[in-house]
Amino acid sequence: MNKPLLRVEGLKKYFPIRKGLIGKTVGHVKAIDDVSFHVNEGETLGIVGESGCGKSTTGRTIMQLLEPTEGVVEFQGKDLTKLSANEIRAVRRDMQMVFQDPYASLNPRHTIGKILEEPLIVHGGGNAKERREKVVEFLKIVGLSEYHAKRYPHQFSGGQRQRIGIARALMTNPKLIIADEPVSALDVSIQAQVLNLMQDLQKEFNLTYIFIAHDLGVVRHISDRVAVMYLGKIVEITESEELYANPLHPYTQALLSAVPVPDPNYKKEQIIIEGDMPSPANPPSGCAFHTRCPFKMDVCTKVIPVLAEEKIGHSVACHLYTSESNDDIERKKQLEGSV
Amino acid sequence: MKERRKLLEVNDLQTTFFTDSGEIPAVDHVDFYVREGEVLGIVGESGCGKSVTSLSIMQLIPSPPGKITGGEILFEGQDLLKKTEKEMREIRGNDVAMIFQEPMTSLNPLFTIGNQMSEAISLHQKKWSKKQIKERAIEMLKLVGLPRSEEIMKEYPHQLSGGMRQRVMIAMALVCDPKVLIADEPTTALDVTIQAQILKLMRELNERMNTAILLITHDLGVVAETCERVVVMYAGQVIEEAATEVIFKNPCHPYTRGLIQSVPDMRNKKDRLYSIQGNVPKPGSIEKGCRFAARCESAFSRCWTETPELYRNSDNHQTRCFLYDEREGVISANEQTIAKS
Repeated sequence: MNKPLLRVEGLKKYFPIRKGLIGKTVGHVKAIDDVSFHVNEGETLGIVGESGCGKSTTGRTIMQLLEPTEGVVEFQGKDLTKLSANEIRAVRRDMQMVFQDPYASLNPRHTIGKILEEPLIVHGGGNAKERREKVVEFLKIVGLSEYHAKRYPHQFSGGQRQRIGIARALMTNPKLIIADEPVSALDVSIQAQVLNLMQDLQKEFNLTYIFIAHDLGVVRHISDRVAVMYLGKIVEITESEELYANPLHPYTQALLSAVPVPDPNYKKEQIIIEGDMPSPANPPSGCAFHTRCPFKMDVCTKVIPVLAEEKIGHSVACHLYTSESNDDIERKKQLEGSV
Repeated sequence: MKERRKLLEVNDLQTTFFTDSGEIPAVDHVDFYVREGEVLGIVGESGCGKSVTSLSIMQLIPSPPGKITGGEILFEGQDLLKKTEKEMREIRGNDVAMIFQEPMTSLNPLFTIGNQMSEAISLHQKKWSKKQIKERAIEMLKLVGLPRSEEIMKEYPHQLSGGMRQRVMIAMALVCDPKVLIADEPTTALDVTIQAQILKLMRELNERMNTAILLITHDLGVVAETCERVVVMYAGQVIEEAATEVIFKNPCHPYTRGLIQSVPDMRNKKDRLYSIQGNVPKPGSIEKGCRFAARCESAFSRCWTETPELYRNSDNHQTRCFLYDEREGVISANEQTIAKS
């Protein structure tokens, strides 16, 4: 159970900014910058953050849909960054992706049967009859019926389309599923249905999930561990219970307090951080969060904090927890008092 | 609390879309009101008619295919539906203003913020000098908390972030001190930390300027934090209406109950989320009976044959469900509530 299925080490993805006629590279957007984590077999790792923090790029880079600039993606002991295109295709049988937009990720000209059969054809999943049987089997598993195989994507609702997207990802019996905002386009009542389905499937097929989302409630519900990203970096990673009960990074604290709670009697201390996330093309020096951080110190503008274990299984990248001058300890007390 | 005057009253509103595939009653006999200085939330899932309701109030329904086919919209006692287009233009912005979900598309990319702000002001304050207009625009930008507002006047929408654009939209909507601000999913396109900023701003403006706000949203969390009273819509109808605290503490309609239970809670983890089975019906597809009956766990024979009205279960609480019809007996309804929970 506790064997890492996927290990990501120092992963970077820089997108060049080109300008002028000849397309000279004038800079880089550091979409993900030195990200490391692991995912154990059978667990769900949630990656949470606001738009532009690099959470989707992380998912795509792991899948090798984007070529990483640097770093290691080790899946079942193999470094995917060193494999050829053909070898990667073989690996993708074991790692599949579910996309956010159930409207755009299904080919409108193909029937559902054809869409679901495709992964089996690519990865060699039996003869035509066996493939069709498998399509029907998986349609039923995700809560649809046999006759749906003859229909086209536009005949389905958003929730049903997301079920089809999930069925497609399951066709090759993968070990790892990377779900990029799978429920954010859905209404709450449908969202609950899809989340329950994903949990059931995880138990049934012993799946490992990387669940990328911006909704902290959803992430908490489904994840065993959660990584919080800000501007291309992981700022905090720990067990989900621990993260929500005891957030350490000021950004995580602000993020958690910003989520509206559906209970009018629930009084919480709201930390509203001012300003916007800086551009990843021109990130601030030192800690990327220092421009909005209520606990900013001098060191924050100069030195990039590293992700270090503060407690067992709880890592945070923040100078509040590394440098220990008297002044800082004072601030730390303040901080703990406010939580 | 002192009884406040009803500022905006929507009575029996019907908005229908006439399409090739038939008539679609998007808003079907909807009633509600907004009192002075109040924040009223309209909550519902996509397709429930909440946005069409707000567009109907402003009479911005694309026509054809849409048409307001019945009812009245009273603003300070005057029926807006009887106004001419010219009179309506006076009311929009001056008395009732609106902000939209997508701040990117509601600003013109070809004009500077200053340009667009000034246009909004000059349309309503025809006698003001250019200098006065500019000062007012800067004042409004400052009011909504935009830093370096003088520079922003010269910038174009693409130079601003999503949160800043939404602030500009709010500033623009408020230039003429409207009495009612209709906000249609104002924070849906924004990140949570930015959403928190905008919601705080709206609460402050409501308190400081006593602007009544009609907040349309799908997010129950936003409702709980911002609104005094809530109207829940489902398939074009109001199905429940009560004070926010009452709705969350004692939701009566099975749909409201299901909706509240299906939100993943950040504070304590449930093993399994409650989920309402099935999908939202297409508007107009259900002719007889309660529109929620097919998805409802408490549905009984009457739900399929008769159409429920809004029943009053206490002074300020109405529910469109037979469980609360006096003829069914309130006691039996309570029993069912207890049995279910």
